[in-house]
This record gives sequence, structure tokens and C-alpha cells, in this order.
Amino acid sequence: MDYFLELFVGGLTRGSIYALIALGYTMVYGIIELINFAHGEIYMIGAFTALIVATVLAMSGFDGISVLVLATLVAVLYSACHGFTVEKIAYKPLRGASRLSPLISAIGMSIFLQNYVMLAQTSDFLPFPNLLPEVPFLEPYAHIMGSTEFIIVATTAGIMVLLTLLIQFTKIGKAMRATAQDRNMAMLVGVNVNRVISTTFIIGSALAALGGVLIASHIGRINFYIGFIAGIKAFTAAVLGGIGSIPGAVLGSLILGWTESFATGYVSSDYEDVFAFALLVLILILRPSGLLGRSTTQKV
Amino acid sequence: MKRLAELRESLVIALWFMFLTFPILVIQVNTIEKTILWRWQNMLYVGLGSFALSFVWRYFLGKVGTGGRLRTEGEEDPKTRFLRLSGDPRVRRGAIAAAVLVALAFPLLSSTYQVNIMTTALMYVVLGLGLNIVVGQAGLLHLGYVAFYAVGAYTYALLYQHFGIGFWTALPLGALMATLFGILLGFPILRLRGDYLAIVTLGFGEITRLVLENWSEFSSGPSGISGIPRPGFFGLELNIQEATIYLYFLMIGFTLFTVFVTNRLQDSRIGRAWLALREDEVACQAMGVDKTMAKMTAFALGSTWAGMMGVVFAAKTTFVNPASFTFLESAMILSIVVLGGMGSTLGIILASFLLILLPEYLRAFSDYRMLLFGTIMVVMMIFRPQGIITNIRRTYEYHFEGKGNGAADKQA
Amino acid sequence: METILETKNLTMNFGGIKALDRVDMDVRRGEICALIGPNGAGKTTFFNCITGIYPPSEGDVFIAPTEGKRRRINGLPVHKVTARGLARTFQNIRLFPDMTVLENVMVGRHCRTKAGVLGAIFRDRPTREEEKAVVTRSLAILERIGLADMVNTLARNLPYGDQRRLEIARALATDPFLLLLDEPAAGMNPRETDALEELILKIKDEENISILMIEHDMRMVMSISNRIVVLDYGKKIAEGTPAEIWENPVVIKAYLGEEFETGD
Repeated sequence: MDYFLELFVGGLTRGSIYALIALGYTMVYGIIELINFAHGEIYMIGAFTALIVATVLAMSGFDGISVLVLATLVAVLYSACHGFTVEKIAYKPLRGASRLSPLISAIGMSIFLQNYVMLAQTSDFLPFPNLLPEVPFLEPYAHIMGSTEFIIVATTAGIMVLLTLLIQFTKIGKAMRATAQDRNMAMLVGVNVNRVISTTFIIGSALAALGGVLIASHIGRINFYIGFIAGIKAFTAAVLGGIGSIPGAVLGSLILGWTESFATGYVSSDYEDVFAFALLVLILILRPSGLLGRSTTQKV
Repeated sequence: MKRLAELRESLVIALWFMFLTFPILVIQVNTIEKTILWRWQNMLYVGLGSFALSFVWRYFLGKVGTGGRLRTEGEEDPKTRFLRLSGDPRVRRGAIAAAVLVALAFPLLSSTYQVNIMTTALMYVVLGLGLNIVVGQAGLLHLGYVAFYAVGAYTYALLYQHFGIGFWTALPLGALMATLFGILLGFPILRLRGDYLAIVTLGFGEITRLVLENWSEFSSGPSGISGIPRPGFFGLELNIQEATIYLYFLMIGFTLFTVFVTNRLQDSRIGRAWLALREDEVACQAMGVDKTMAKMTAFALGSTWAGMMGVVFAAKTTFVNPASFTFLESAMILSIVVLGGMGSTLGIILASFLLILLPEYLRAFSDYRMLLFGTIMVVMMIFRPQGIITNIRRTYEYHFEGKGNGAADKQA
Repeated sequence: METILETKNLTMNFGGIKALDRVDMDVRRGEICALIGPNGAGKTTFFNCITGIYPPSEGDVFIAPTEGKRRRINGLPVHKVTARGLARTFQNIRLFPDMTVLENVMVGRHCRTKAGVLGAIFRDRPTREEEKAVVTRSLAILERIGLADMVNTLARNLPYGDQRRLEIARALATDPFLLLLDEPAAGMNPRETDALEELILKIKDEENISILMIEHDMRMVMSISNRIVVLDYGKKIAEGTPAEIWENPVVIKAYLGEEFETGD
């Protein structure tokens, strides 16, 4: 039973991280119908920025919560800025284009960012310190759920609530929903579509960075390539839940997280990544609109 | 006044990039050795560089406007006129004759190493032409082309390992296996909409690689299979130099064959169906074109070529392992197709040479090769999405006096 | 006159909206039948249901291309319906813009030809003959339509009226027994409409093709149709000869919303 719970918590943790990244994918796709291949790299940049800040602070004698807070804030800020910049450079000029152009541009951006970080820093795996505090009341359950896992899940849940409030009840949230449904109409009623799109990228990137910091603390090491694999999986989760749907992204992420956790725990750990891709292919074949997505009929 | 505004904007841009790249470019951390390296000079470079670049960017962006249109809209772009080969058939024949002479003489004038690289470039030309059937002609977004490449390569490797089968026997078998895979994969996925199709093919590409990596009993896992024989020359033993040159000429043959076949396909009933499919899927169905068959045919044909090249790849490197078949490969082949101009044979040749030969000859910058590659992809899409050579499709021209079939040549 | 197309109980639901509500109608051989009704009545949806773009929610569609052979076609994929002999044009022109006039029509011959990949690569004699026949036939159609001198023009560069005629030519290339025209006169001036009328009559008389057309231009409808079927809110509300329909109070109410003395 304990093993089962351990796997359950593990899946929940994974799912939470995927959710933080998947939200960025799903929001961007919902608004400009682009698969932002570079999103995984934003997550990676968040992790790296946090590491840099944490290391500098540690060397200067800081420690404890202040390092966590500062590193996270700076990482989130920088990832948001990177996301914003990538959109302005590589996607905005291609807004009227066919499907293929922005896709290629996104792939190019992903490759560029990976190599940028690799060349500027290192291609090695770098150890990442655990910045997250210990949660004392979890001690008796430590073998099932550790502090880092708890913090990850709790943070993600909190973020979900905040995001939902934002989307449903604020002016910018309404503008985002309108732009996602019909961009031209939103423009006509006075929504600043450029600003909405930038905001979407900023929010998505910030969430990804948060995910980066959390998971890096949990796993303990990072390198320039982690964005690619995490990105693909998060994207799988977004598609699984119904791309363009925010609750869908969360649902898909949890399902993916649990599938991976239980499959590697009970079946085999070699094929871990295969499960994600196989799930992706299956979902797209059986139900391309995902679990919570809407299938759109085309007017002839 | 405008100049002042531009100057101010560029200054802001420069400052922004200095801020943006500060942590990653200036501060290099090494948590293994617990060191920090501060490289303040990078900030200066970034500032100056982005300031200058913003002017260049702004200038060219003004010329292009928004777009990203991959195909010219019938109107001939005046800039491409100089890139357009003269319509004069004599000039074209002369150019082709010269190219053939150079191709034949090449091995005599260069080292084995260079011949090898040229062979690689030619392989990518064929791969590009094969993928072009799927992406350029039928208009399907395919991000998993490398899977069929891998199928071809591993078919040869495994057939050799278990049955001692040689190159020439494995060639059609590898192509056949890849085609079968293409048909099998195509069945469930070809009804998917553009983006979804792209993702599913990406997923399949990765699954193939991962299975090859992990199913060690079948594929020998990450260490791969080695000792695969090169193509035989009437049973004679060839040393490395001779074998390389032999393979080079084989590739020339393959390339010519592929160009011939793809041209023929384009000017045929099925080529028309693909074009109609790309132009308007609903209308083409209403005109009696079975869109599923058309898509499947394109997909399967594309897979055939990838399979063929896979066998050649295995023979060339005498060694296969899963690491050669990553998503990056698919991305590169796709880039060759798009950068080359979506269907322009000459464009695909040029793009392949550029992408393969240039990094080899600029070995000094090899670390920056992928960085450059990513940059080129982004820049090309923004400033010249129609590719290096615009594929101005030679339409079927009917001439009322006597015979007229202008559909033979597809060059721009 | 025998029936060549028949719908029974044809119903189409989109979510909560009944676009077609138990429509029973037929088209007879050799006639020009007009389908009219206010905007949103479901006319184009009707075409889409018959041709297989939407499978109907309920009901059946039957065709009888030759005497005695009646088959059900609902549920068939679009290209198969075309192969069975139903060709159509679209309300918003859907030509292949970057293909020439000739090439557009040549695509129409696709379902009547069979050269495949091997034929394409080897260009054996049967394939070459087939290609030649495709060109010849396409040219012949274009000549009858009157577009022969625009043969190498890109479809996107044609004037509007010619584009509409090209759509008809393309549909004719599929060798249909029944031609479905969706608002063929839309956007045309009176002179062009007259030419269109002539063309439609010519198609009916000389090619032995029956016509079912959706049209708003009442003058043309009254002038050339043999029968008229009227739809409103997805239901068939009237059917009859032009004279009968002109006087029909239900039809007048649907269009004008109130009792109205018809003048002449």
C-alpha cells in the first residue's frame, strides 16, 4: 500500500510540474494557434537563472528562505522577459502566415535557445541546490511524500486557483478569452490584441519558470537539454486534456504524471518516455480534441 | 525626426538585451567546482551588437511587411529574377552540363574526406526531395521523417546481422519496410488536422528512437549495430578510398533518379490531385479526389525514400545507433525543404549544401553550428519564407498550335 | 419524368439547431429544379448533406443515375458521391487559385481516370493516352463554356463572372448526371446573368444533365426552372411550377413576412 501511495504522490508531483509548463502551451495555442516549441526552453532558462542567482547569493553569504524567494522572483522575471522577447521577434512578424512558418520559426527558436544556454554556460549537468524549506508536519510520512513534493503540489494548486480567478474575473482575463475565441472580433471591440498576446506569453513563461525552479530543487540537477523533454511531455499533457483548455491542461498533466509514475513503478522504468509519446499518439488518433476540448466543425 | 525615434528605439532595444542576457551571458556558474566567472565584456558586445542589428532588422522587416507566405502569389518577385535561371533552354542545358562535369570530376580533385561530405550532402538532397513529396506537394506537416530513415537503416543492419544480407538486397527491402511503416502509421493519422498531424508524427519519430534505444534484444540498444558492409562492386573488395568514391557515384545516381521521379510525380494525375488537395481540401474532394488515398500515397512515397536513404546511411557509416535518429534530424530535413523553397529542386540542393557543407568547411565555428542553424530558421521564416529559390511552379501550359506541354520543368 | 434524386425525411441537426427538418423532395430527369428560400433556410446545408460533406442526422438520400438503378448515398464520402454522378459548385467560389483554368478543369477529370503512381513515373502508353484525353476533354468543356482563350490564366486572376463559369466547367468535367449549382448568379450583372441562363439551358439540353440550383435571382429562377422547391427554417414549405409558386401565399409570407397582394 505504501508503494502505491508513493507512486501516487510521485505522479501527482510530476503532474503538477507538467501542469505549470502545459498551461503556457495551452494558453498560447488557444490564442494564436501556435505550438510554441520554444516554451520548454523558457522553463529551462528559468531553472538556470534561478541557479545563477542562488549561487551568487550563496557565495555572498546569503542562505535560507531569502535565497529561495530572490532566486524564484528573478527566474520568473527573466523567463517572462524571454517569453515576451521570443514572441516579439520570432512569432509576431509571422502572424498572418501559413501554419508551417511559425512552426519552423518556433523550432528554430528552441534550437537557438538550447545552444545559447549551452554555449554561455556549460553542456554538463550542473548540481542544483534544494532551495525549498522543510515542512515539519510531513516528517512521519516522508517516505510517501517529501517536503519538496508537498510544496510543489501545494504551489501548483494555489497557482491554479489564482489563474482561474484571473481568467474568469479580471478585465485582462476576459480580453484573453475573447481573443482566443475570435481575434478579429476582439480587435474590433477595442481589445488591444497585441497586449493580450504578450500577456499570455508572459504568464505562461512565468509559470514555466516557477515549474523550473521547483523541479530543479526536487531533482537536484539541470542542463541545457531539460527543456526539450519536459516540453514535449507537457505538450502531450496539454493535447491530452484538450489544447486551448486550461482545466484540460491540468487534467491532462495529472493523467500523464500518474501514467508515467505507475507505469515506471509497476511495469518498467526503461520505457518511461515512451509512455508519454505513446499516450500522445493514442489520444490524437482516438480523440484529437482531447478530453475537455471542443471539436470544431468547419463551415463549408 | 524619424531618425531620432529610431535611434531611441534602438537604444531601448540594446539596453533591453543587455538586461535580458545578463544572468546567462555575464555570469557563468559552475556548481560542481563552486566557481563564478563574471564576463562583463559580454554585456558590452550584446549592447553594441543588438544596437547595430536593430537597424538592420528594422530595415529588412520594413521591406517584407508581415507575411510568412511560403508561396509567391503568381506575381514574380523582381528580386528573384536574378536567381531565376534563364528560361533560355540553351543556357539551362549548358548549366546542367557544367554541373554534371563538375560532379563527375569532383572525386579526382578532392580528398576522400571531402567526397564523403559531398555524399552526405547528396543524401540530404534526396531526403529533402522525399520529404518534399509529403510537405511540399501534398501539404502535410511531417515532423517525424527520421523514423522512416531509421527503419531503413535498421532493416539493413538487422538483416545483415541475422542473415548476412548485403547492400543491394537490403536496399529494396529497407525501402519496402519503410513504406509499410508509412502506410501503417498513415492509416490512423492522416485524417488529423495540420498541427495535430505534425505532433503525432513527431511523437512517432521519438517513439521509434526510444524503442530502438531500449529494446536491446532487438536492436542492440544504444550501442547500436556495427560492421555493416558497404555496397559491393561486383564482388570486388574495395579499400576505404575506393569505397567512398563508389558510394559518391551511387549517390549521384540516386539523386538523379529521385529528381526524375519527383518531377514525373508532380506532372501527373496524382501530382494534380496533391496540388488541388493543398489548395482547397473540400473543393478537391467535391471534384472526386479521394483525399485519404492522395494523402496516404504521398506519405507512403515519402517514407519509401527515407527508407532507401536509411539503407545507404547504414552502408556509408557501417554503423547504426539510435542517437543518429533524433527529432533534430527531422527538423533539419524539414528545414532543407522549407529553406530551399518548398519544392524547388534547385532550392533543395542549395539548401542541403548550405546546411551540410558550410558547417563542415567552417570547422572553427562548429560549436556555433546549431546556434546558427536555429537563427537561420527563424530569420528565413521572417524575411524570406518562400525559400532561397522561389518555386514558381511551371503550370501546364497549353499551346494551341501543335503540341505543347510546358509542364516538364519545375525549376524556378 | 423519372426521379433521379430523392430525399426522404432528410434532417440535419447542428447542436441544438435544426438546419433541415424532415425534407422530402425530388429532382426529375431532364429538368431544372430551383431550390429557393430566405437566407438561412438551409439550402446550402441541403447541398452539403446530399453530397456527403455532412452525414445527415436522420433521413435518406437516393439517386438513380440510370433508369431503375436506385441507390442510397447518405453516408458515402464526398468523393464517392461525385464519382456516382453528383457534381456541385459552391456558394463562395472554391476554385484552386494557383492553378490555371485548364488545370482546374483537369482536376475534375480525376474521378474518371485512373493513372496511379507507377503510371506517373513510367508514363507508359495507357497513361500518356489518358493524359491526352484529359486535356482534350477539358479543352472541349472550356470551349463550350466560353473560357477557351483563358486556358493558361491562373484561376485567381480571372474576373468574377469567369470564375463562376470556371467552377461550372470544373464540375462538368466530372461527367455528372445531376449538377448542383449553389447561387451561380450571385454577384453577376444582368448581362452576365443572361449569359449564365443560356449556359444552364445549354447544359440541360445538349449535355443531358439535370440541374438543381439554389438561387436568389427570382427573375432567372422564374425564367428557366421547370419546378421550384421552397425551404424556410429547414422545412419544405412549398413545391410546384414557377407560376404556382409565384402565387403561393405561404411562400410570399416566408419572404415578405406578411400577406401581400402580388402585382405582376
